[in-house]
Amino acid sequence: MRDLFNKCTENLFNSLTDGEILKVTFYGEDSQFIRINNAKIRQSGYVEDADITVTLIKDSKTCSRTFTITNNKEDNQNISLNVLNEMRSEVRQLPKDKYIVEPQKTGSTEDVSHCDLLPHDEVIDALLPVMQGVDLVGIWASGRMYRGSANSLGLNHWFETDSYSLDYSLVTPNHQMVKGTFSGREWNQKKYEDYINNSKKKSELLNRKPVKVSPGEYRVWFEPAAVSDFIGMFSWNGLSEASIQQGCSGFGKMRSSNELLSPKFTLVEDFGSGLVPRFNSEGEVAPESLVLINDGKLKNTMVSSRTAAEYGLNSNMAENGEYLRSPRMEKGTLSHQEVLTSVDNGLFISNVHYLNWSDNPSGRITGLTRYACFQIENGEITSPIQTMRFDDTFYRFFGNELEAVGKNSYMIPDVSTYFRRSMGVMDCPGILVNSFTLTL
Amino acid sequence: MIDLNSKLSAIDVPVEWVGLREVCETTTTRMIRDGNPEYNDSSTTHGVMVEVLKNGQIAYYGTKNLSAKGISDAAKKAAKLAELSAPYAAHRFDSDVRPPYDGNYRSPYKKDRKSIDAGELNELLLKCNRELKISDKIVSASSLCVIVESDHHFISSNGSDISQEFLLLEFDLRATAQDGNNMQTRTFGGMRGNCFQIGLEYFDELEMLAHANRIGEQALELLTAEECPNESTDLILASDQMMLQIHESIGHAIEVDRILGDERNYAGWSFVNLEDFGTLRYGSSIMNVTFDPTVSNQFASYGYDDGGLKADKQFLIKDGILVRGLGGMESQIRSGVPGVANFRASSWNRAPIDRMANINLEPGDCTFDELVGSVERGVYMESNRSWSIDDYRNKFQFGCEYAKLIENGKFTQTLKNPNYRGISNSFWNNLKKVGDKSTFGVYGTPNCGKGEPNQVIRVGHASPVCLFNNVDIFGGA
Repeated sequence: MRDLFNKCTENLFNSLTDGEILKVTFYGEDSQFIRINNAKIRQSGYVEDADITVTLIKDSKTCSRTFTITNNKEDNQNISLNVLNEMRSEVRQLPKDKYIVEPQKTGSTEDVSHCDLLPHDEVIDALLPVMQGVDLVGIWASGRMYRGSANSLGLNHWFETDSYSLDYSLVTPNHQMVKGTFSGREWNQKKYEDYINNSKKKSELLNRKPVKVSPGEYRVWFEPAAVSDFIGMFSWNGLSEASIQQGCSGFGKMRSSNELLSPKFTLVEDFGSGLVPRFNSEGEVAPESLVLINDGKLKNTMVSSRTAAEYGLNSNMAENGEYLRSPRMEKGTLSHQEVLTSVDNGLFISNVHYLNWSDNPSGRITGLTRYACFQIENGEITSPIQTMRFDDTFYRFFGNELEAVGKNSYMIPDVSTYFRRSMGVMDCPGILVNSFTLTL
Repeated sequence: MIDLNSKLSAIDVPVEWVGLREVCETTTTRMIRDGNPEYNDSSTTHGVMVEVLKNGQIAYYGTKNLSAKGISDAAKKAAKLAELSAPYAAHRFDSDVRPPYDGNYRSPYKKDRKSIDAGELNELLLKCNRELKISDKIVSASSLCVIVESDHHFISSNGSDISQEFLLLEFDLRATAQDGNNMQTRTFGGMRGNCFQIGLEYFDELEMLAHANRIGEQALELLTAEECPNESTDLILASDQMMLQIHESIGHAIEVDRILGDERNYAGWSFVNLEDFGTLRYGSSIMNVTFDPTVSNQFASYGYDDGGLKADKQFLIKDGILVRGLGGMESQIRSGVPGVANFRASSWNRAPIDRMANINLEPGDCTFDELVGSVERGVYMESNRSWSIDDYRNKFQFGCEYAKLIENGKFTQTLKNPNYRGISNSFWNNLKKVGDKSTFGVYGTPNCGKGEPNQVIRVGHASPVCLFNNVDIFGGA
């Protein structure tokens, strides 16, 4: 793949005339997908895909083209030169763009991690036997992913990694579910089987009949997976500087009215895990660590170079969409053993589902409980609960109602596969919230 | 497009069936925000999905390698995977699952993509942008146009040969007004709902500018509007919100693959069971819902689905009773439930699954004035801005951009932050009046997510304005 990318960029850069600047980004994957329902194979297949996005800048005007690259270097050369000529014709017709991000030659990086994945032909016999006898539904994804970025000034970044994930739900006969995600880079059959067997044990807890809880306020322990979904909302009309400037962010109040979250809440964009490339689609390398919220105070927002140019700010090399790429929430002091007694009477929520802003300026989020969620009475889990809707603001559950933060944090991989397999990862602990609002 | 027939002929793999589906799709996005060009991007994806049936199991290989060897190798690898998968097959199929059809489809349009050049489109979007920004309190205004050209060719070893050419257009206008921490956004149909299969004849400049002016005015109007009250009351939903209501609480709930459990790890399950088809009272007796891929200009019209099945109009809910599911041929065979031609994939790099296409609520007999006039106290809501529903498609909560209070059969004041929530089955059984053809609005969305691996697909929803009783509504903060 890298060779295809380099050949393509070389041809493009050699074809440029005076005053033209080109930026090129690359996404590629060779993936195996196996979709499982009731521990049987519903669909299985491979996807071999790669595309290149070329951005032309000339006379303060810009446009871009993305195209699929084939395995044939000559075809790629012809396509890319046609694309360049099309862009030359188009860019002349466009209005000037005041906030163009002029590329920089900020150096080059290479990060290639080839790991010990399961060979594709061995996957089914490795995965399926231990699932038999239970109702397991989910998706296996594995293989190599590629990211590249280059510009005509000489910058060239390359990131290539192997990974796998089995993201699944284990469904009990009374339709309760345990969620699991077994993921990594080096395959270990024993660890995999232990992980599945552990899910089977967890599912036994769900054999009790689920109880209906009433709408109202509850003390709640949120597991790290649920917390990661709440933090995920900060990538959508959240911590983006452009969103704040354009009146579309719940964090506007922290900026304009000095609203605070809990001093127990600290959030950092942290590339220390090495699982996500630090360079963005402009080829800019983000700082290894950027504190966003420190002890409840808004310290930084995600600022792309384009937003920086528009609003006269300094860029922190955020991606153009100003979403979080590798967030980490700081751990607290509450140990796992103390969780149930600390809740005393309330709820244990493992996962949440279908979150959306119900009142974005107020930070209010609605969504639903999902998977293994339980009622806690007198410090003990008594029964699973039926699905409940909540509607509450992060100014409460990460603010004045945040009672404690878990002592242990967990890496939650982004297993989404819209358009392509994702690389993101989130590192976060669970939280204990004194009062959380269920509505339906 | 490539010579797919020669690629099929070159495949030499011992399988029961093989199909090739080539997709070449170009999406051109142009956007002006706050008087400055934000995007002038064009993206083309081109590849072939190779599917093989071996030992009763279908496996696939989506490849960007369009050479005869590349496609032939893909078929071999898919065949090997089918062989390995077969002992654990969820269901054993034969080639009846891909019945042969020969045909074609083309979107209805008069002016193609090149009939308006990039400069002219930017100029139109700039004019709209100026019209949206009617006050300094409009802190952000954007005008967006997305044009999609999508060519599909499907052939198979049992004789299918289907060509389909689509031209699709999305147009959105957005204004955000702000006064301190009070922020209100108004758009053109909510959630990019304004999308069609149509050519560039869609762009009538005077009409676009009038829409932009209205959207800017209404964003500003919302800054001084009252909060939506908290109460249980009559609710009238405009067509651009009915779109979302139909999508979330009917469309997804009656997808047969979902009912069969395929989606339980991702999108979820359903309150509908297989035995409910033909018996379940889904809603009141004035509720009639169709799967209709034949509506001219609607966003998700087509001639054939991605399994090659010919598409036609079918009632899903008739006089309030659930009669048919959203299940393609694979789901029909697996479930025994009557279905439709809705086996669709987002592109060449994803396998087809059961998707919505055009799911429409058929018109009734009330004019808009009769609907409003029949309400003693209630609220009218327009344009979705927030959506959430549980994994069984029961408990929903939706928010809209703009609302009007109705008192004694008349609109009396504008309301901001309107939301409502309910449970699908009881909500639809509280459907009391359905608007006539004069209230019928055609919308869609380019962003319906489902499936593992994940897929985003285009769907269409058309509906008249509707009145529901006893709905819990509430405001913001």
